Amino acid sequence: MVKQVSTVDTTKNAKNTPDKEQPWRELGLKQEEYDRIKLILDRRPTSAELAMYSVMWSEHCSYKSSKIYLRQFGEKVTDEMKKNLMVGMGENAGVVDIGEGWAVTFKVESHNHPSYIEPFQGAATGVGGIVRDILTMGARPIAVMDQLRFGAVANPDTARVVNGVVSGISFYGNCLGLPNIGGETVFDKVYQGNPLVNALSVGALRHEDLKLAKASNPGDLVILFGARTGADGIGGVSVLASETFDADGPSRRPAVQVGDPFAEKVLIECCLELYAAQVVAGIQDLGGAGLSCATSELASNGRAGMRVQLKEVLLRDESLTPEEILMSESQERMMAIVPKKDLKAFTAIVNKYEVEFSVLGEVIREPRLYINWGKEEIVNVPPRSVAHDGPVYERPVAYPAWLDNLNNNSVNHAQLRRATNPSELAEQLIQIVSSPNQASKSWITDQYDHYVGGNTALAMPDDSGMVRVSEETGLGVAIATDANGRYCQLDPYNGAKLALAESYRNVASSGAVPMAVTNCLNFGSPENPEVMWQFKQATAGLADGCLELGIPVTGGNVSFYNQTGDVAIYPTPVVGVLGVIDDVARRIPSGWQDAGNNIYLLGITRDELDGSVWSEVIHDHLGGKPPVVDLAAEKALAELLQGASLQGLLASTHDLSEGGLAQTLVESTLRFGMGARVWLNEITERDQVDLTAALFSESTARVIVSVGREDDVKFVGLCEARTVPVLRIGVTDASGQLEIQDLATWSIEELKNTHGATIPELFG
Amino acid sequence: MPKIIVEVMPKADLLDPAGKAVANALQRKGNAEITNVRIGKRIELHYEVAPTEEQIEAAKQIAADFLSNGVIEDVVAVTVEN
Repeated sequence: MVKQVSTVDTTKNAKNTPDKEQPWRELGLKQEEYDRIKLILDRRPTSAELAMYSVMWSEHCSYKSSKIYLRQFGEKVTDEMKKNLMVGMGENAGVVDIGEGWAVTFKVESHNHPSYIEPFQGAATGVGGIVRDILTMGARPIAVMDQLRFGAVANPDTARVVNGVVSGISFYGNCLGLPNIGGETVFDKVYQGNPLVNALSVGALRHEDLKLAKASNPGDLVILFGARTGADGIGGVSVLASETFDADGPSRRPAVQVGDPFAEKVLIECCLELYAAQVVAGIQDLGGAGLSCATSELASNGRAGMRVQLKEVLLRDESLTPEEILMSESQERMMAIVPKKDLKAFTAIVNKYEVEFSVLGEVIREPRLYINWGKEEIVNVPPRSVAHDGPVYERPVAYPAWLDNLNNNSVNHAQLRRATNPSELAEQLIQIVSSPNQASKSWITDQYDHYVGGNTALAMPDDSGMVRVSEETGLGVAIATDANGRYCQLDPYNGAKLALAESYRNVASSGAVPMAVTNCLNFGSPENPEVMWQFKQATAGLADGCLELGIPVTGGNVSFYNQTGDVAIYPTPVVGVLGVIDDVARRIPSGWQDAGNNIYLLGITRDELDGSVWSEVIHDHLGGKPPVVDLAAEKALAELLQGASLQGLLASTHDLSEGGLAQTLVESTLRFGMGARVWLNEITERDQVDLTAALFSESTARVIVSVGREDDVKFVGLCEARTVPVLRIGVTDASGQLEIQDLATWSIEELKNTHGATIPELFG
Repeated sequence: MPKIIVEVMPKADLLDPAGKAVANALQRKGNAEITNVRIGKRIELHYEVAPTEEQIEAAKQIAADFLSNGVIEDVVAVTVEN
């Protein structure tokens, strides 16, 4: 057992023992960073200060390698783009004005590494963390989504991660009562030792309820409330503990956290009531870096200081050292800044919810963070130096040595064999729609509650998720996310733009107007110049793309060091687009609904098979250049879809992306079990492509729509007026079949089984 | 019937939400003397005949590798009941 600490490392002690050896290296600090801390403090840091700086200056908290590139998201914007932005980059989450006095806030965050170590709790606490970020802005969380990337399906470890992550997400989200309205699941061997578990949450608030994470009024109280503080997720600080414990060696603290969704649900309701009663002046959730982060950020944001008594923290485990308390990542905790006069009202509300709290100290005018352990001062730092003025690096970038070869090895250069007869094409279509990445993910999404709350208008497998915000008017938001690691490996600049284009198209397909962007940038090690080059390219692509489309980035998250051994993952910038719809009753589903509707293909098909699903599934090939991005065409298409949807012309819209037209036809059929007869000869003639390209090319700015016969003239006229290429390619029918003329006819039952069986067979 | 009993507990340092919920319920019902509750699991392995030393060792290995999740749980006891 651990023995009690006899003394703590005080600031006084730090002054008197300037040469004491400190484990800064083990805590991940570099020599120059440690020297800089000494310069800031004009002495060596105490062990508590060292704990704070090391965690707050880590890549995860300080964005030290990415900062110089993230700036452009705030710079490459026009006034028009900022018009609806109530809170931009830098806060816990961006906030967008959606009209009628409503605002929404949304954000994606990664929980990749914890989810590999302990998939269930890692994914569950990932959901919990992003939901608290949304809550912190003053919003009621209204939905979640998850972007998942796992290793190869054939690897036995993949099932462990998939099962754990999916049950963790469903457990936490379902217990919280938040609908899970969509996301992505991708399998690829590059994610084998490093799955990506990204979680998105969206929340709604009235304009006047906006809250910020700052402590600016001297005399206000600093209050920690919610769960008690335990030794969760502080494995890394064991090196500090080892100094203060006896020779038995360091106590082995766990590296993971355990979540309690019911505690979080109570915390959500409690916070919303506190906001409504207007008794909090500032609020911050406790996530990564725990109290170190909350105290220093609140004070730094408010340009003030704080005096905190660490002994007042309610503990689950009395053996915690001050350093461990500062670093603990115990879940379901919040920190509020409460004016003294409101303490009584605050207490009444938290007592009603049986939420524990303790007053840790108060805000002071002097911009200094003082933390005491009993009578002894263990922290005395400028909060800005911890929270915001951390190191910033311009790391070396290098054009990858392997990239030219990869780009040269296109589908045509490698002479990948194309099918020569209809039965072979039909066979390839089935192979593609039943491949793990293209198969139905309903085995996963059926474990999530899509409809709890009663405001879900669209959810998986529709192109985007949509929830109602105002029950009076039907005002709502649609969200779609996308990332294609294979495209980004070939060309990170355009790969990021392609992810943006697809999310944008998906949101537009639902009938909503795209308004704002969030991202979760998953990359390898920033210390590898080739990875840093990919990051530089991808961020530039995303920022340029947003400027072109006229929608701002409102916030995001960077996750570096995603690699198995020395091998980095494909660059995977997950891009989320949020759109607004004035009435969710006007939503457009992704599947055909009525027999006798005409099916139109909008957009041009080019022979673009490099990086495609076809090249992966049929030939296990990756090379060449990804499809051309044409954001002007995407914009024209989105505007057409909005116009047509406002006039009530569209029975369904489904975008074309991974798997091309073939995938979209099968999904449109299966959504509501409506059959169709489709012909390809007009596509091959007009666009001068072969049948392989017509079916499997991943050219962008394309969707298929179904339109009632009575609206045909109007719809085609609209397309022509907006110069969006339009081609009638089929008719829906109640035959119970999907027929692609001169190719094959499948019964819907057969397609459903083929598309649906893959994932349950692998993981069920 | 001879048995090997494996007892698994959540790691002492980690939150045990179920235990916390039960502890709160007990407090509300007036059991002020109970300060905390932790909930683990008990697993019985049944044998035809009393397990050999070798089989007991094997059971310990099974307990550590298969019956518990070493990241968040500890095997606190493996006992033989003949």
